[in-house]
Amino acid sequence: MIELTIDKKKVRVEAGTTILKAARKAGVEIPSLCRFELCGMGIENRPGGCRVCVVEVEGRRNLAPSCITEAQEGMVVHTRSIRVLNARKTVLELIISDHPSDCLVCAKSGRCELQNLAIQFGVRNKPCEGEQSHYRKDTSPSLIRDVDKCIMCRRCEMMCNDVQTVGALSAVNRGFMSVVAPAFEMNLEDSPCTFCGQCVSVCPTGALTEADHTGDVIRALSDPSKTVAVQTAPAVRAALGEEFGLPPGTSVTGKMASALRELGFDYVFDTDFSADLTIMEEGTELLQRIRKHLDGDPDVRLPILTSCCPGWVNFFEHNYPDMLDVPSTAKSPQQMFGAIAKTCFAEKKGLNRNDLVVVSVMPCLAKKYECRREEFKVDGNPDVDCSISTRELAAFIKQANIDFTNLPDGVFDDPMGESSGASVIFGNTGGVIEAACRTAYELYTGKTLERVEFHALRGMEGIRSATIDFDGLPLHIGIAHGLGNARRLLDEVRAGKSQYHAIEIMACPGGCIGGGGQPYHHGNSEILNRRAAALYAEDERKAIRKSHENPSIIKLYREFLDKPGSHRAHTLLHTKYFPKSSSMSMSRRNGVNSEQK
Amino acid sequence: MNGIKTLADLKRKQEEVMSRMGQRNRGENPESLVQVKVAMATCGIASGAKEVMEYFMDELDRKEIDAVVTQTGCMGYCFAEPTVEITLPGREAIVFGYVDIRKAGEIIERYIGEGELLDGIIPQNYNTI
Amino acid sequence: MSKYKMHLLVCGGTGCHSSESYRLYETLRDQVEKRGLERDVQVILTGCFGFCEKGAILKVMPDNTFYTQVKPSDAEEILDEHIIKGRRVHRLLYTNPETEEHVPDSKQMDFYRKQLRIALRNCGAVDPENIDESIARDAYQALGKALTEYTPAETVDLIKRSGLRGRGGAGFPTGLKWEIAARNGADQKYVVCNADEGDPGAFMDRSILEGDPHSVLEAMAICGYCTGASKGLVYIRAEYPLAIKRLKIAIGQAREYGLLGEHILGTDFSFDVTLRYGAGAFVCGEETALIHSMEGKRGEPSNKPPFPAQSGYLGKPSNVNNVETFANIPVIILKGAEWFSAIGTGRSKGTKVFALAGKINNVGLIEVPMGITLREIIYEIGGGIKNGKKFKAVQTGGPSGGCLTEKHLDTPIDYESLTAAGSMMGSGGMIVLDEDDCMVSVAKFYLGFIVEESCGKCAPCRIGNKRLHEALTRITEGKGEADDIDRLRNLGTVIKDTSLCGLGQTSPNPVLSTLDNFMDEYREHVHDRKCRSGQCRGLLFYVISKDDCIGCMACRRVCPTHAISGEKKGVHVIDQHICIKCGACMEKCQFDAISLRNDYPRATAAAAVQEESSTHS
Repeated sequence: MIELTIDKKKVRVEAGTTILKAARKAGVEIPSLCRFELCGMGIENRPGGCRVCVVEVEGRRNLAPSCITEAQEGMVVHTRSIRVLNARKTVLELIISDHPSDCLVCAKSGRCELQNLAIQFGVRNKPCEGEQSHYRKDTSPSLIRDVDKCIMCRRCEMMCNDVQTVGALSAVNRGFMSVVAPAFEMNLEDSPCTFCGQCVSVCPTGALTEADHTGDVIRALSDPSKTVAVQTAPAVRAALGEEFGLPPGTSVTGKMASALRELGFDYVFDTDFSADLTIMEEGTELLQRIRKHLDGDPDVRLPILTSCCPGWVNFFEHNYPDMLDVPSTAKSPQQMFGAIAKTCFAEKKGLNRNDLVVVSVMPCLAKKYECRREEFKVDGNPDVDCSISTRELAAFIKQANIDFTNLPDGVFDDPMGESSGASVIFGNTGGVIEAACRTAYELYTGKTLERVEFHALRGMEGIRSATIDFDGLPLHIGIAHGLGNARRLLDEVRAGKSQYHAIEIMACPGGCIGGGGQPYHHGNSEILNRRAAALYAEDERKAIRKSHENPSIIKLYREFLDKPGSHRAHTLLHTKYFPKSSSMSMSRRNGVNSEQK
Repeated sequence: MNGIKTLADLKRKQEEVMSRMGQRNRGENPESLVQVKVAMATCGIASGAKEVMEYFMDELDRKEIDAVVTQTGCMGYCFAEPTVEITLPGREAIVFGYVDIRKAGEIIERYIGEGELLDGIIPQNYNTI
Repeated sequence: MSKYKMHLLVCGGTGCHSSESYRLYETLRDQVEKRGLERDVQVILTGCFGFCEKGAILKVMPDNTFYTQVKPSDAEEILDEHIIKGRRVHRLLYTNPETEEHVPDSKQMDFYRKQLRIALRNCGAVDPENIDESIARDAYQALGKALTEYTPAETVDLIKRSGLRGRGGAGFPTGLKWEIAARNGADQKYVVCNADEGDPGAFMDRSILEGDPHSVLEAMAICGYCTGASKGLVYIRAEYPLAIKRLKIAIGQAREYGLLGEHILGTDFSFDVTLRYGAGAFVCGEETALIHSMEGKRGEPSNKPPFPAQSGYLGKPSNVNNVETFANIPVIILKGAEWFSAIGTGRSKGTKVFALAGKINNVGLIEVPMGITLREIIYEIGGGIKNGKKFKAVQTGGPSGGCLTEKHLDTPIDYESLTAAGSMMGSGGMIVLDEDDCMVSVAKFYLGFIVEESCGKCAPCRIGNKRLHEALTRITEGKGEADDIDRLRNLGTVIKDTSLCGLGQTSPNPVLSTLDNFMDEYREHVHDRKCRSGQCRGLLFYVISKDDCIGCMACRRVCPTHAISGEKKGVHVIDQHICIKCGACMEKCQFDAISLRNDYPRATAAAAVQEESSTHS
């Protein structure tokens, strides 16, 4: 322990503590901008670039960035001397001088950390006005780069490279024209970007935002010839309330269903329904592969990898084109929902698929890309027409002046609104594999699972493993969330050293609850923990907690699909994967789309 | 090239190289060394100045006397070629005439070595460049 | 083995190279061969002699004759007259500008008289492409001495006692740096030579590498011995092809002799050196940025600590020194710490190499003992200001440095006094300015360089320097606003106070030091719309003299904007609001009636500029 003085207060901290954290302990909150931390997940960004957090350290020639300067024994720190205040404000004015002033129409307005600082510092004029840097705006199906608003905090670069190991974004150019961009300033869509959206979730300004598709939804709702069905992903209900001032971890499933109905959707369904369907297909595939493996079939590939996460699918198509037969062929719940809605449901209702619009509300930005994939279209008509994020839905509800917090709890419509507890936990890391285990166990052993919670599969560590006893068969399960962690498990698989039978992978840290389309957590990892807890609690509240016991699912198979893995199920609910090489990316840029179909 | 495996090897190498190019480095501070200027115009060369100059260089090296041996133009004493001007540190320059190899040996031995004046000094009434 | 009787040393530095020294070298060789003298006369290409103003340089040894401005066509005469007949070619000798006497011995020239060449000791004396020549001049003797006579700790102690400080700019004590690197344990450590010389006009590191690469390699090996590193890396900019070529040759020859590699000189010490190329970014001279660049990452600095000595190249302890610092090491070991520390001033020991440039007679590379005054450098070594103009200032330390004025002429040059005077030692750029130079424009020039070279990582440097440059541009265009001067000072102070690395922390120095020393000029630009040196085009006005104009109307006809009015045979007038300063009128006037003036009546000038800026905005 060392002792130092901050603003005349003595404080004792562990050696190695930064001045910023020592000050926090002394009750002094030093403003910062580029610094970002997701505690407990090893995610940290402190390049020391913005210089907003500078403080005066006695005996030091210049001001010290408090976010990276370690406290020393006997150090005397001033965080609010005139020299410090002037420097901080001048630096902030400089940053603002190279930032557009279109706050009124900025997607990040109200949630912008730069705006907050401008308010805190009382910036009232622009003494540093001068030339502003301008860059090409880059629009992709999932996210938009408007890097005129980039302040070079490098958080997105840290996320994309260090956490996700995607490597799509890094600082380019020099000096005043420095900006974070894909290599050669190519479009994100042509880069190795997976559209996981983690860059968006950490961007302090409006430089990186989701591509807003609310307009498409409104157009569909206002078209009398269209029937509009909406599906909501499990993680959305655990976070949507935050946008309306409810405490993190408040489950708003019922209010969300009511709000969607108020907004005018004809059918309010639940992606949880198709999550159960996913378990049926994926669980069956898992068991098939394991049985073949036990029978000594040399061609079977193990481990099987989950495939619900579209960011993850993009990642392995880019990075593991040699292993495309490893993941499960089951479509994601979003796409299974679309496929059933536009076939079975549309038939039942006597609707032409072109007149049925399927909207999804997702915690995810990669879902926007996923629903546009060519293999998920029939004669050009997509199974899911349009995907909006949790944030977009919240904005839509606000725009429609719906008093969200006082809404009565509604219920989902039949037949695609019923779900088991297993599907709810899809939103958490480890949830998909836990749901799969509940079903696979009973199907494999023929016994009833008494305790459905597999606590060994839960938690927030980046890579976890557990062995589940399938009545004498030890099933080795691996779990990774965050693509960097996924890469480590995948490299093992590629090297033939993987010890697992099945691996669940989620692109986003925490799983879907931490998705790129969720309300901004601003680095508060406690918010992620609360969302996870909310989903587990909702699972516990459910009467049915195993996917194969969902009556609507049973009925769907009986009436329409026959059985899991049937020919019809394969046609509708399974997909295949495509290698994404840079040459292909280039050909796509030129409008050639041969590989996708 | 052979490897240099010890510090002694390095010193030996240095000596070997120095003997070839030693004249270059000595030229930096001629005032502190023995300066030998051999007149090497046509008349001098015809009378054997070239051999005399080589003799000076070899002999001074052999005796480990730090000296700068240079050539110079005709000193005007064509009758007395080869002529050689010797400057000992801190002394006036002296010009010797009729310097053949025997005479050169004597100069090195007695004038340069002992500081004795010898026969054959030509009164100096010119300035070399 | 036969001995060479004559040595012709042709300067092969980049400066003389551009004065065709290579052709001179070839011609001399051809001529020597033609005359059958190749056994008696050795022609070599050496490193830089420093007197670049007078290139190409040819030195004849042992005659100690220093020829200047030698052209390839002079080769024949030099051989016939000097080499064969022993008569110096007088017209090629340096002429003392005051006495008009020919000076054959470089030591007698003012340019060299006050110099003390330690780091540059072998530049101009050896063929850098032949290791034997360096060995003849003691190369690797210091390494041998350290390896056989001293422990690493004793060697470090010797360097510490010598008082040597980093020559790259900041002046950190070299011995202390080595000691810290030695203290940090690791399975692998590195010695890095910073050859990313980036100050505009500075070329001392290049000259050392081109002229004496072995001294740097030897010093790196000594440093490796002291710090426990077995690998050395030279980070050199790819724009230095000649230095790279000679380094490669030197490394190859040293390896062949076993002076680099395993078990050097029969000891347990092994050390080897490889090259890493930079793309010439100024900021990569900063050691953390340099290391990132070597690792293949974006060349941008990171916070210190951790220092490279703790976590450097590939996360391993690394000792980074600049070329000139290394070049001093072998001599210190051979001659002793006391010999070195006897040179220089209180806390600044030894010598410093400066690249002397600008409005000065003797442009070139000089090495002087610390403590020499600016006056000695400028008026004795430099031979005074060109064309008899008046001295105004000298810019030292490159873009990180500042301007020193007349009142600093007798300040002894060392780390402390330069910093106290508002400049810095820097890597050794020294640019002399005369009365014709506009100090606001000088500050603008350096800020322009910084804006180009900032890496963009931290906000104050990335945006702040841009804003400084914009304000300076406004002022030099005559569009300065009343509060621009205060703004420059505040912004400059904050950038210094908050920037991440040494580049940003020193980048406003050219502005702040000119504000301190030349406030009058700033005020004149802003308030009087006047540039006293006439450098700022935006503050010059074409004016027709009443007395000289005969009313021929030629100017009126040629003016593209119809700014000139006046009747035939009447005096013509230029409307400054319309004039675009193209100069066509002045060119056309047969009677020298039109002049370009910076002292146009203030009110009119201010109004004109105001008008122009309002039409532009």
